[in-house]
Amino acid sequence: MSDEKVNVVWLGSPTFPNAAHDALRDGQLRRNLKHATTTIRDKRLRAVAELDDWETLRLAGSQIKDRVMRHLDEYLLRLEASVTAAGGVVHWAEDADAANRIVIELVRAKGADEVVKIKSMATQEIGLNEALAADGVTATETDLAELIVQLAGDRPSHILVPAIHRNRTEIRDIFRREMGKYGVAAPDDLTDEPRVLAEAARLHLREKFLRAKVAVSGANFACADTGTVAVVESEGNGRMCLTLPETLITVMGIEKVLPAFADLEVFLQLLPRSSTAERMNPYTSLWTGVTPGDGPQEFHLILLDNGRSATLADRQGRSALHCIRCSACLNVCPVYERTGGRSYGSVYPGPIGAVLTPQLVGVGTSKHADSLPFASTLCGACYDACPVRIDIPEMLVHLRAKVVDAHRGEKLPAPEALAMKAARVVFGSPRRLAVAERLGALGGRIAGIRGGRWLPGPAKKWTAARDVPVPPRESFRTWWRKAGRR
Amino acid sequence: MRVALFIACYNDALFPDTGKAVTTVLERLGHTVEFPMAQTCCGQMHYNTGYRREAESLVGAFNDAFRGYDAIVTPSGSCGGHVRHHHETETAPNVYEFSEFLVDVLGVSDVGAYYPHRVTYHPTCHSLRMLRVGDKPLRLLRAVEGIDLVELPEAESCCGFGGTFAMKNSETSVAMLRDKMDNVHITKAGTLCASDNSCLMHIGAGLGRIKSGVRTLHLAEILAATK
Repeated sequence: MSDEKVNVVWLGSPTFPNAAHDALRDGQLRRNLKHATTTIRDKRLRAVAELDDWETLRLAGSQIKDRVMRHLDEYLLRLEASVTAAGGVVHWAEDADAANRIVIELVRAKGADEVVKIKSMATQEIGLNEALAADGVTATETDLAELIVQLAGDRPSHILVPAIHRNRTEIRDIFRREMGKYGVAAPDDLTDEPRVLAEAARLHLREKFLRAKVAVSGANFACADTGTVAVVESEGNGRMCLTLPETLITVMGIEKVLPAFADLEVFLQLLPRSSTAERMNPYTSLWTGVTPGDGPQEFHLILLDNGRSATLADRQGRSALHCIRCSACLNVCPVYERTGGRSYGSVYPGPIGAVLTPQLVGVGTSKHADSLPFASTLCGACYDACPVRIDIPEMLVHLRAKVVDAHRGEKLPAPEALAMKAARVVFGSPRRLAVAERLGALGGRIAGIRGGRWLPGPAKKWTAARDVPVPPRESFRTWWRKAGRR
Repeated sequence: MRVALFIACYNDALFPDTGKAVTTVLERLGHTVEFPMAQTCCGQMHYNTGYRREAESLVGAFNDAFRGYDAIVTPSGSCGGHVRHHHETETAPNVYEFSEFLVDVLGVSDVGAYYPHRVTYHPTCHSLRMLRVGDKPLRLLRAVEGIDLVELPEAESCCGFGGTFAMKNSETSVAMLRDKMDNVHITKAGTLCASDNSCLMHIGAGLGRIKSGVRTLHLAEILAATK
């Protein structure tokens, strides 16, 4: 199991291009990703095409989220009152450390040294498992893919399918090697049949479900009017965690609140079709506080900020908080398809990660975070797929500008900054542009005569696999003028 | 109708034949094309790379150069998309990508072209998802006499260019380019067509490096070809 320090990002992560360098060389990873993303992509298109009001639903989802962000303070207070009235306890956590501390104290108060967990991005973001381990508490992931990642001491690479980078033979080997160290071992004759693998996980986890006194979950949605919290899942492990243990602790990003229970109608249509390409997910669990004699008798809701208030303050960046973690943007992203999720160095990979991560940790705080908004061709496939219409390409460009602005005025400007300023000067007048074009044509033709295939310096990045376009003898404007046109 | 050609700076410097082809097609359809000499660059490269201040300083000059025209036609989906989406000026709404202008404004799909070769078409991302040109370029190509138009597998996948992305993330860019080239080869087409020379230059530079023999041609150049 992994014990690396996490707070949104894995500390010390390399920049995106450097991380991608290794991922692109992993042939197995490339094949696994290509297969998985293209399959889910086609399925999603079919699932979405079944609804003739899909675009209206997207619009509704986007507008509800807009309203939530405009009045977040109000909805959170309303949620706190509703949860408290239903018998739950609400805690507020400003950052990852505060949230982890609250969980640890609650677990300790129950005298427990282990917890079962439902797949949750918020607890991954704050590095809860690592913090619990440091305090002597064992957390067991009960989602099949999260279990695979946890047993392998690996990092997740996808929001919904964290083990998307593994194929079933690799999974069989991980189960054989690791399961016995933490509980019920996998049988010696374990095959790589999906059914057989799932059965091994079931036996391994059942023992833990029946023993655990405390469960930890995230939340997909929480309704301010009723205090109802919702988790959607596919495997039923979540339902076990939400019903068997005596105590339930839910860690939820403050942006997950919805104004009203009725709003679930929109999101429970948008989410499954976008994430698993299903009409409805197999398990939708809704709970409101505690119910005497039924399910957990103690319920704690931890409301997590961890950079969200700062994100909210940026009007052009705040809609990254609208994300419902469906991962449709990852599945359609041509960059993600080649590099996989771990290249992003964050628990939030893919296009949404490229806009969310730098905002949560702060633009200008590390080369790694600052490289993420540039990890996109701006092809726009993510925006089209997003069920709540987050304009990711526009936000990427906005964050690029913030990164550039953070470095303006440095004593040693980057070559790129100098080139951009030079280009601005050239484009400042048609006369200067015409001169530059003539010089470029001359230089290009000299390079072309010499082969034109390999250039030194930064241009090597282009010529490693691409020829250099050779400029023509005369530019269009020269031709136009000579032809006596107006 | 006063029609101006907005050629886009890289076409001006690197692909003058595309500008000539746009002029040829529009003149064949009976229009007079003007080329405002004051035009330089719309600022897309600066904008998309994060140099917003520099990009914004080019907007005024663009507006001045093209003021007074009913239609500003460009053979670049990405520059056309940038102006329409990010220039908040009086000229911005009059900017049309070439295929949009032919199909939506002039209402033609058959421009009297002849190109007896096997062609496959790559819909560039910004024309597709920013300008939403849809199948307009394909409608124009289907009407070309003698053409053998074959569908490109995974056509709507990005070629990996992305402006400065091709340099900043060159290895990922090349991985995307390789898949695009493989799909081009599956079609056995001798010509790859697109409505933007930036993407076409990227794919063409890759095809050139592996000596594939496939030529790249802007949509306007195929539509300008006659018997």
